[in-house]
Amino acid sequence: MSESLIFHFDVDGEDFTSAGQASVQVKKNLRRLGISPEIIRQVSIAMYEGEINMVIHAHGGSADVVVNEDKIEIILADKGPGIADIELAMQEGYSTAPDSVRSLGFGAGMGLPNMKRYTDEMTIESKVGEGTTIKMVVKL
Amino acid sequence: MYAHSVELDVSKCTGCTTCLRHCPTEAIRIRGGHAVINEDRCIDCGECIRVCPNNAKKAMCSKFEHYQHYKYKIALPAPSLYGQFDNLDDVDIILQGLLDIGFDDVFEVAQAAELVTEYTRLYLKTPGIKKPVISSACPAVVRLISLRYPYLRDNLMPILPPIEVAAMMARAKAKQEHPELEDSDIGLYFISPCAAKVSYIRNGFGKYKSKIDVVISLKDVYFKLLGAMKKSETESPTINSKSGMIGISWASSGGESSAILNDKYLAADGIENVNKVLDAIENGNIPQLEFVELNACTGGCVGGVMTIENPFIARTRLHSVRRYLPVSQNRLSGDMSYVPENCYSSELPEYTPIARLSENFSESMRMMAQIEKIRSALPGIDCGACGSPSCRAFAEDLVRGMVEDVSACKVMKKCD
Ligand SMILES: Nc1ncnc2c1ncn2[C@@H]1O[C@H](COP(=O)(O)OP(=O)(O)OP(=O)(O)O)[C@@H](O)[C@H]1O
Ligand code: SF4
Ligand code: SF4
Ligand SMILES: [Mg+2]
Repeated sequence: MSESLIFHFDVDGEDFTSAGQASVQVKKNLRRLGISPEIIRQVSIAMYEGEINMVIHAHGGSADVVVNEDKIEIILADKGPGIADIELAMQEGYSTAPDSVRSLGFGAGMGLPNMKRYTDEMTIESKVGEGTTIKMVVKL
Repeated sequence: MYAHSVELDVSKCTGCTTCLRHCPTEAIRIRGGHAVINEDRCIDCGECIRVCPNNAKKAMCSKFEHYQHYKYKIALPAPSLYGQFDNLDDVDIILQGLLDIGFDDVFEVAQAAELVTEYTRLYLKTPGIKKPVISSACPAVVRLISLRYPYLRDNLMPILPPIEVAAMMARAKAKQEHPELEDSDIGLYFISPCAAKVSYIRNGFGKYKSKIDVVISLKDVYFKLLGAMKKSETESPTINSKSGMIGISWASSGGESSAILNDKYLAADGIENVNKVLDAIENGNIPQLEFVELNACTGGCVGGVMTIENPFIARTRLHSVRRYLPVSQNRLSGDMSYVPENCYSSELPEYTPIARLSENFSESMRMMAQIEKIRSALPGIDCGACGSPSCRAFAEDLVRGMVEDVSACKVMKKCD
């Protein structure tokens, strides 16, 4: 069993135009590992949605992608406002996204549901006023 | 093995690293003082030919003079040829010029492009196809998809590109007009704006083999034509162009897609933009689209490496050439509601994962860990002096065993 690989990214909450870049980088790395296109797509979509959420809703945060022999873990952590009602946030169509980003096509309330759909496991830990940590697992 | 069309003149190459830094697939390295292209990664986009300050790179093409053995020679000019001439508003003069330099007939690729436009409209209505449909007209893009975007292979339009449809039509026309000709008497000469199309003709599309016999460079023909067109200035041409606005528009970016008469399309040009669009489609974060037109060259085919004129000027010239033309001169017959069988290409190009470090996953993981370790010790300034395009690529080359030792990094040595 080889050691796991960790890719770490700081997601800048100030620079909206650079949002989504960590997911592009992850995709490149996974391609080098020869991971199947389907899995790469799952990971990069889940990662992209989580990254965008951190930028839009939580002033940025950090993303870690851990590649193991049997699974890929994605850990997104932020010190933003937290999510008061996780069940509600998980519903398709629920969104508190500001108008400024809606014009770009965000705010459909599909991010969290997509993250769940494209991963095998997903847990959200969140405390209002302290932040949110989302862990996702895609099995290999 | 994919046959390429970019050639290096070692005696001219100074190893300056310009092309190294511009190659979109990181296919180039400087080894032994000059550039070396990794054929598995090259997509023949022509970027290195364009940026080389020493003209050391060129596209391989046949010379018209060397292919005179066909009894009946037909020129198939790409529409980008029409944008190369100053003060010219009549395509007929160019076509006449082609006859004057020794061709027996001309069949315009723009004509076939108009039919492909009609086929595309029909194809988009096919139930169950994967959207957005991605144009397969630019071979550099098709190859890029087969190397890097396996998930989008099924989005490629499975209809033959205009060159092939033109080849079939040109041959059929010649045989009808000259029943005495044998197949082997007829030579189809494509006048190409780029290296990617030369490679495409040599390799085919999936299992489909090109029907073009000889590819000559647009640049080469241009200079011959200049002389011929001067001569014929006084006489009026005996040949009439049969393409309309739509066919000629294919030469520049946005032409192919706007002709689909559907506003759900996107057209991007320049290889970097193409990569960005493909990434966005793969991640599913673009709006609902029907059709995506992608051209490796800035401005579209008028920006091909074997053209003469700057692509933006060429595009403006095409506007004046098209101004008084009918919208389209090549339509499907009224009752035709399907794409003819022989215009489909049945095979998609195979996925070849170039990025993969090893076939074995654990081995890939081990290599990746090593790459990251080496990289963190490198200066990180991506200067190219080691011969690899970036510090990261250098670390990868070391781990892959393509470079012997880390001392190739001159910068780090100084720091010690
Ligand atoms: N990291 C986070 N910190 C705080 N709140 C969050 C975070 N992620 C999501 N939320 C809350 O959950 C809601 C739903 O998120 P989701 O990603 O599903 O939709 P969205 O981001 O609003 O829109 P879309 O993702 O479709 O563009 C958000 O509107 C926001 O209120
Ligand atoms: S651009 Fe490339 S091919 Fe041209 S001289 Fe520099 S290294 Fe050689
Ligand atoms: S855009 Fe046109 S000229 Fe450029 S590589 Fe593609 S097919 Fe060739
Ligand atoms: Mg979201």
